Amino acid sequence: MNRKYLIWAICLIFFLSPLFLNAYWVDVLNNIGIYAILALSLNFILGDTGLFHMGHAAFFAVGAYTTAILNTMYHIPILFLIPFSGITAAIFAYLVARPIIHLRGDYLLIVTIGIVEIVRIALVNNIFGLTGGSNGIFGISRPHLFGLIIRRPTHFFYYIWIFLAVSVFLFHRLRNSRFGRALNYIKEDEVAAEGTGVDIAKYKLIAFVLGAFWAGMVGNIYASKMTIISPESFTFWESVIYFCIVILGGSGSITGVILGSFLLIGLPELFREFAQARMLVFGLAMIIMMIFRPQGILPPPPRKYNVDQIN
Amino acid sequence: MELFFQQLTNGLAIGGIYALIALGYTMVYGVLKLINFAHGDLFTLGAYIGFTLLTSMNLIGKIGPLPTLFLFGIIIMGLVGIAGIVLERIAYRPLRSADRLAAVVSALGASIVISNSIMLIYGARFLVYPHHILPNFTINLLGMKIPFMRIAMLLLSIILMIILYLFVQKTRIGTAIRATAIDHGAARLMGIDVNKIISVVFFIGPALGGAAGFMVGLYYGQLNFMMGWMYGLKAFIAAVIGGIGNIPGAMLGGLLLGVIEALGAAYISTSWKDAIAFFVLIIILIVRPTGILGERVADKI
Repeated sequence: MNRKYLIWAICLIFFLSPLFLNAYWVDVLNNIGIYAILALSLNFILGDTGLFHMGHAAFFAVGAYTTAILNTMYHIPILFLIPFSGITAAIFAYLVARPIIHLRGDYLLIVTIGIVEIVRIALVNNIFGLTGGSNGIFGISRPHLFGLIIRRPTHFFYYIWIFLAVSVFLFHRLRNSRFGRALNYIKEDEVAAEGTGVDIAKYKLIAFVLGAFWAGMVGNIYASKMTIISPESFTFWESVIYFCIVILGGSGSITGVILGSFLLIGLPELFREFAQARMLVFGLAMIIMMIFRPQGILPPPPRKYNVDQIN
Repeated sequence: MELFFQQLTNGLAIGGIYALIALGYTMVYGVLKLINFAHGDLFTLGAYIGFTLLTSMNLIGKIGPLPTLFLFGIIIMGLVGIAGIVLERIAYRPLRSADRLAAVVSALGASIVISNSIMLIYGARFLVYPHHILPNFTINLLGMKIPFMRIAMLLLSIILMIILYLFVQKTRIGTAIRATAIDHGAARLMGIDVNKIISVVFFIGPALGGAAGFMVGLYYGQLNFMMGWMYGLKAFIAAVIGGIGNIPGAMLGGLLLGVIEALGAAYISTSWKDAIAFFVLIIILIVRPTGILGERVADKI
């Protein structure tokens, strides 16, 4: 019981933190929040379903560019574009994943790397004359919410972290649903899952598309936060960072993923002098973690079900 | 037609490079079923060691350019090969029995460590190889002027591949490598020291990759600490095209990918050049996931 109060107290302090932090640190927290939501959506694909997916930045990019193009060309308000960005990313994910979803482990990994590279090259080449080439798109407007323009880091703090809280709730429910349990079965033993009647290709595809949908919506938030987007924000190395957050935080664990975002995005801010060596430390951490604690810092607790509650 | 043949020879030269790197992927995949993501960065390491050797030692004036390059090539292959052995000891051996994701993540970590160490030592800027090392005349072939370097690169990579092929097919160690690739347990029962064989593989693969890095440095003259990543990915794609785990397949896949890419850049679009390889990969994985020379396996990919 004490533990529960402690957690609520930490959450409360955290939600009040913009009152006593300066704009810079609030912005750092905003970045952590954005990475955390992206990592949560990747966690659904990688941690819960066990698909080695390293091209998540592609879906994030599709969402962000959908928002940017529709907002700057047709002046559609940002908030209306949130579901639309998600749907575009989901359709894109469906189209690219449909033929490759059956690929085994590391082959899937390479193909998803290929997808994120193709998307980046397409954006740089100003595909259909819409993406603005390597300069990207600028002049994206801010979200308007009940007459309030979300503009300052503090506004974005509440905007992003409330979105994160909703994501945590939904992904938590999804994970424990019938669907989520089927995904877990696929992750643990594909053959057995297929034998029990789980349509693995279909379930994997749905997991993939749902994760992409969520990444697309984060793309919308990112675009309105930055007001400028360019292909450099959606490189393969971004995907590697999400991947590392999930793996090092604890794949399949929501608290682990959030902790991972704080460690990988927040911690380097404390050591800005060593910014050059940042990636080196990431790399070393990846090797060391895999050798000594492959399940991540905070792995998910084992699932417990009360036998007569299952149905 | 002129454009076609120029691109064809260019593609074959680059394809030779891809093939040399792809051999490292395919051999490691053969014995460990692991994609060695750090392999591309060992290639970069080769190019950078070549840079250091060329700028710090003034041997060219003393023994002439070709013997110097030959000697440096041997030194680079040795050093990068040793780096490969060290890499396997530190990052892969402790994970031999762990699940595959752990090894893949460790390989990615190793790739980041190597490329960023190179960046911290040499800086993030592009470095330029010293000029005028190589004779830069062209050879007249069927009325076309082909740069000497292209032909030398292709010939050199083919010679290295033939040596490797003979080594793997004809020697005792080569036989042991093939046995280990098929079944670790059975190989061990036949008295093969599997750890030693894996070390040998991790010497040969990176040594070839390092030689490829040196050649790329000499051919393009420009180095960057991230260059190995793209070459590595494309070489991996080459290995998949040829059939991963299959040594002649890697050679064929490398040359094929180089030619497809060069012709694609010439006739489709230069700016989409880097994407072509990935499209080829996706198509090959859908149509024939075992690659051109790969055997049909019961294990579905």
